Amino acid sequence: MTGSDDGDVILELRDITKAYSGILAVKKADLKLHRGAVNVLVGENGAGKSTLMRIIAGVERPTLGEIFLDGEKIHLDTPADAVRHGIGIVFQELNLFGNLSVAENIFSTREITRGLRGIDHKAQVAKANEFLDRLEAGISADTLAEDLPIGQQQLVEIARAVSLDTRILIMDEPTSALSAAEVDILFRVIADLKARGVAIVYISHRLEELMRIGDYITVLKDGQITGHAMVKDIDTSWIVRSMIGSDAKDFAKQIDHPLGDEVFRAEEICLPRVQGGYAVDHVSLSVRKGEILGIYGLMGAGRSELFECIMARQEHYTGKVFIDGAELKGRDTTRRIREGLALIPEDRQREGLVQSMSIAGNLTMASLSQFVKAGFHIDLARERQAIGEAIRGLAIKAKNPDFEVTSMSGGNQQKVVIGKALMTGPKVLLMDEPSRGIDVGAKADVFRTMRRLASEGLAILFSTSDLEEVMALSDRIAVMSNGRLVTVVARRDATEEMIISASAEGHKTKRNHA
Amino acid sequence: MTTATQTGPAEGLNSGSILLTLMKLRTFIALFAVIIFFSFFAPNFLSTANMILMSKHATQNAFLAIGMTFVIITGGIDLSVGSIVGLCGMVAGGLILYGIELPIGYTVYFNVVEVAFIVAIVGIVIGAINGLLITRLNVAPFIATLGTLYVARGMALLYSDGQTLPNLQGKQELGNQGFSYLGSGSILGLPVSVWILIAVALGAAYFARFVPLGRHIFAVGGNERAARMSGIRVNRVKMFVYMFSGFCAAIVGLVISSELMASHPATGTNLELNAIAAAVLGGTSMSGGRGTIGGTIIGAFVIGILSDGLVMMGVSSFWQMVIKGLVIIVAVVVDQAQRRLQQRVTLMQMAKAG
Repeated sequence: MTGSDDGDVILELRDITKAYSGILAVKKADLKLHRGAVNVLVGENGAGKSTLMRIIAGVERPTLGEIFLDGEKIHLDTPADAVRHGIGIVFQELNLFGNLSVAENIFSTREITRGLRGIDHKAQVAKANEFLDRLEAGISADTLAEDLPIGQQQLVEIARAVSLDTRILIMDEPTSALSAAEVDILFRVIADLKARGVAIVYISHRLEELMRIGDYITVLKDGQITGHAMVKDIDTSWIVRSMIGSDAKDFAKQIDHPLGDEVFRAEEICLPRVQGGYAVDHVSLSVRKGEILGIYGLMGAGRSELFECIMARQEHYTGKVFIDGAELKGRDTTRRIREGLALIPEDRQREGLVQSMSIAGNLTMASLSQFVKAGFHIDLARERQAIGEAIRGLAIKAKNPDFEVTSMSGGNQQKVVIGKALMTGPKVLLMDEPSRGIDVGAKADVFRTMRRLASEGLAILFSTSDLEEVMALSDRIAVMSNGRLVTVVARRDATEEMIISASAEGHKTKRNHA
Repeated sequence: MTTATQTGPAEGLNSGSILLTLMKLRTFIALFAVIIFFSFFAPNFLSTANMILMSKHATQNAFLAIGMTFVIITGGIDLSVGSIVGLCGMVAGGLILYGIELPIGYTVYFNVVEVAFIVAIVGIVIGAINGLLITRLNVAPFIATLGTLYVARGMALLYSDGQTLPNLQGKQELGNQGFSYLGSGSILGLPVSVWILIAVALGAAYFARFVPLGRHIFAVGGNERAARMSGIRVNRVKMFVYMFSGFCAAIVGLVISSELMASHPATGTNLELNAIAAAVLGGTSMSGGRGTIGGTIIGAFVIGILSDGLVMMGVSSFWQMVIKGLVIIVAVVVDQAQRRLQQRVTLMQMAKAG
């Protein structure tokens, strides 16, 4: 513990422990939050950051331990208690009511009423617009929340938390869905709040962000606090060291292996957008055996949509997909998987996992037909064996494959999703933001796995919005912008400037047209 | 994974595992509770004759509840099974009494096996209609099956203009005798319907564990989007569960009309509610993804024994309804409370140990 300043503490957690079935999420944590400062919290996935914040927000109750606000012991049994004490939170997962308007979302549970005449919608919209304008969000408060793109929904969440007039504001990865410009605005708002004496708790995986706005930093590892310091006294390598224990570089070492023939080709993939224009705009690309193609692009560049077209999850796309030179007919995800494609979706919870099933059940659910004897009978012994192999091969930390999949940390859950896709025996693996919301340690595992699979002859397409990642991992880099494939370059010819300018290309032409 | 890492958590969970077993045996405990209660308070309750009679009654609920369990695990509901029972009973009766009149003046009669086969097809077809409405036309399961509930019941009443079809003995010259075997025959002292139930239940349990389609039922109910992404043919799975539910209802229709040797169009009214109750008592989660065939069978027997026992005690049928409702509510409340309590105890243990 480097010398940290203990002055002006607003909230203190003492000896907090939180247990879930199968896992101790937080172990005897002591945490102090400072008034008028940005208190940064970092740690690998599953280190317990989110759990700790959910305890402060009254969503979870600690199994053991005490909480003090301004030196007085308090109990936070419900989110309402937390709000009463002036604690607001922006959750990592979006918590908006999609079927309500933005204003209704911002003022839910504390609607502006006119006595018996009910809710004053006009006043709500007006006040909501005030908050939104402060965020320069460009959102009208009477639109439905579900009609907004994910980045703007995130801004609505932030506006809602800010509108609560909180003394402590927790932001759990607020920038994961924001563009660079939106991040700058958010940081201005944070500075403003700080000046007014609000204690900000800021959680993020993006280390450069933390260095930029943090005042105090606390590092969590495996549910325990392993470091606490002033940000001005430390550097990123200190953070990484405290997080994973050693000064590890997170990208797997490159193994050079010869590339095979072309195995995958997409021609003129096109997906119209509801609002007009194209979400995927005539994209053609090909991948060779053993090659990793990184698709770089900002939010909304059309990467996820492209993958969904390739997997035939989008009904209205046009274009052709080839594997080993043969065109894939039929628009049916099941057949695409059988023909050698597999997708690791971006949203693990909604599209990757079946939460009510065990780790084992999740791993084999896509590939049960491989274990079938006599046409319908699943050979349990063979299934067990394959599950064991997958768990070892991907270094999944599963105490018992029969435990529910939700008992594991996010990184391990992601490995289960990868394992499920690999068990279908794909020739081409599509990975949509495989490192999203994963900690440094699990990221390194995932990258190592990608390298190994490529060297074994698998063709991999992965999408990312992390420049360093795309430069380090890809054999070739494709840049998408606003639905268009702007350029495809070999890595040795690519420079960061080139990729960044290419990723803005689609928006430029759009502006020219307008 | 090494064996060393496996023993660690196993020891930690040892004390919690007693509670866990208790929780799993919840329906068993309820079953024994009703048996013990009625053996004290209902005369002749434990006699062999009564046991066999009760098992026959419980069998009817159990068939429907097996089909219902699969449907509920996918996150749906099938309200039409009671009406399918009624319609299938009428079809069986009609085929035996009148056969099928062909437009060219002939009437075709079927033997009993053929009748059973045709009736099963009728049940499956109605199930398939439910499935098509739900998968192709995107009608919510509750509404789709509510619709078929009315349609099937109405068709059963139209079939005979609301009349009972009596005397299904069949005629020797038509070769369609022996319909009573299903409802009143017995093998090794157990009624035939109970044997069929054993076969269907074992088949369903096997299906849920050892057949890919059966496993997919759980995935679809747990997270439909993820199931789709994993290449599971969600529509096919849903079609199957509703068709299977229709098939189970057809069996019950056959069994009841065979037992009574008559078909009445109102047969099976409200049976769908018993089936749902049995599945829920047996631990099936109404939000989908969880449930077992074994639990459902026990749940069906708890409900069956409860209603028969109350009749034997001479409790009025109005009170019977109240008691049945309370038992269902209490069962679910206890289930929830037990889960929460058990979770808290294990968490405290882990927190202290960790």
